[in-house]
Amino acid sequence: MAERADPASPARSGWPLLPVLRRMVAMPLKDPFAFAGVMIYLLFALVALFADQLAPIDPMEILFTKAGKLAANVPPGAEFPLGTTNLGRDIYAQLVYGTRSALAVGLSAAIIVATVGTIVGLVAGYFGGTTDAVLMRIADMALSLPFLPFVIVLTGFLGASTSNIVLAVAVLLWPNSARVIRSQVLTLRERAYVEAARVTGASAWRILFVHIAPNILPLSFVYAAIAIGWAIITEASVSFLGFGDSNSVSWGMMLQDAFTSQALSRGQYAWFVPPGICIILVVVAGFFISRGYEEVFMPRLRGR
Amino acid sequence: MRLVLERFTHNALALLAVTTLLFFMFRLMPGTPLAAFINENLNADQQQAMLEQFGLDKPMWQQYFIYLANLLQGEMGLSFFQRRSVMTILLEVLPNSVILTLTSLIIAYIFGVLAGAWLAWKRGSWIERVAVPAVLATRAAPEFWIGMVLLALLSFNAGWFPSGGASSPGMAYDNNWERIFSLDYLHHLALPVLTLALYLQGLPLLLMRSNMLEVMHEEFVTMARMKGLSEWRIVIGHAARNALLPVVTAFALGVGLSMGGNVVIETVFSWPGIGRLLVQAVSVHDYPLAQGAFLMIALVLALMNFVADLLYMVLDPRVSHGRKG
Repeated sequence: MAERADPASPARSGWPLLPVLRRMVAMPLKDPFAFAGVMIYLLFALVALFADQLAPIDPMEILFTKAGKLAANVPPGAEFPLGTTNLGRDIYAQLVYGTRSALAVGLSAAIIVATVGTIVGLVAGYFGGTTDAVLMRIADMALSLPFLPFVIVLTGFLGASTSNIVLAVAVLLWPNSARVIRSQVLTLRERAYVEAARVTGASAWRILFVHIAPNILPLSFVYAAIAIGWAIITEASVSFLGFGDSNSVSWGMMLQDAFTSQALSRGQYAWFVPPGICIILVVVAGFFISRGYEEVFMPRLRGR
Repeated sequence: MRLVLERFTHNALALLAVTTLLFFMFRLMPGTPLAAFINENLNADQQQAMLEQFGLDKPMWQQYFIYLANLLQGEMGLSFFQRRSVMTILLEVLPNSVILTLTSLIIAYIFGVLAGAWLAWKRGSWIERVAVPAVLATRAAPEFWIGMVLLALLSFNAGWFPSGGASSPGMAYDNNWERIFSLDYLHHLALPVLTLALYLQGLPLLLMRSNMLEVMHEEFVTMARMKGLSEWRIVIGHAARNALLPVVTAFALGVGLSMGGNVVIETVFSWPGIGRLLVQAVSVHDYPLAQGAFLMIALVLALMNFVADLLYMVLDPRVSHGRKG
């Protein structure tokens, strides 16, 4: 129980950011699930970085056999580890390059959601009053939008681009983190050390960002990890429905391609099973990491 | 009663805000809403007549109030492509979506509640260590991907289920009820329901498990134990009853949420529901139809949020319903 310290009992003196960061880095070493999650993230990050080396073939290039015929629907083998698509494209190369777009979508959505959610949560929780009421009503409204239909309508009309998908996901996900962070701030601001800072004449913004924000950081991180998964699943779903960016190679685009080119009836499992497994791995990694942080930093939030 | 009214207003206002947002979103889209109607053969006068016919020559705020007034009467205009009333089209496909959602949710929640209670009881065993990550994986899988794998395995490979649609070609029925209760319809329904239930069972299962674990430590369970009741009676009669409350609320929310989430499942299985209708309408830029389908989904969501609020009040007397925060 020793590690389950009260999240709101920061270091007695000095800036709480460093001890909080130290505990955040140490957490995955204690929790085997979170450790597995971090390892999965690292693995995919390496694949994304070294995609050019791992897959020398261009994922969109139309390949031909030595006899000069289109290399369509080649079964998995030595030359093509996962076979080729009906248009003669290397599936393995697509899978490897898909990692890049998955991480780009996931990370950018996570950064936006965590930043907006944290700032809104901090401001609403600390200042209260009208600011709080207005921000929380906006959050309520964003939460009453049906998730996938909204993303479809937005990308369908604003144009099928990855940045529009990320934008839509961010619009829909920030309220969850803002609400939880707000309620955490509500308890933190009554703490003695905040009172002490106020008595010494620290400004509201200084208290907010120097004394309260560092203790909120693990929570922002939990929501960032969850947002990575949601953004990747959403991108895949939207691409699958045909509203994705047709210029980028993503796991969702691969699944859509497989679905519309009858890969299911031909039983080309090597085409559509691996992208799904990759999505599951990335999303589960996010679950594991966020669970780990919740258990260590916010034991009371478990099971939500 | 005042609280019921308060929750109702709250959800109604949220719905109004969504409606307003939607109106302006659709109006600010690139291209005029009439793009599908106007072609090069029409001269400027005819185009102007068309604009007037649709009321698009009026100022934006006036259009907005006309739109709201029409919505309240269930009037959502004509589909650009089908040239039929949007409301008629929506009401045609709505039963299919409702049946798909409810059947899947009921199966998923019955399974999830039982399996969750069982897993809580098995706390610390190897079964728990395998099952919990496995359940998390089903929640991490994209719904449509589960559908694709099941479709390839059970439909194309094994041939047990049809690969899509809601009825076999050439089937004719006297009325909708006869169609829905026909074996053919159920046969088509099976695979989408299985997929959706597989995706949905994770939430009630994990919720039930963690609630059970929490409830097991409460005083009334210790009390029951001290009374010498059997373990089985404690689990079913005392612990499970109390652990169920949040699951019931989650069910109501689940109806609203999965009506929206069904978009992908309905597309994978070509299930003629409201989600697939939305996708088709958006891809051909059929603005009125897309707007109508979206609003219908948002309406179900708001309604179910309200029902969940009510259930929460009725079922859990411990919750004080004073002002939050």
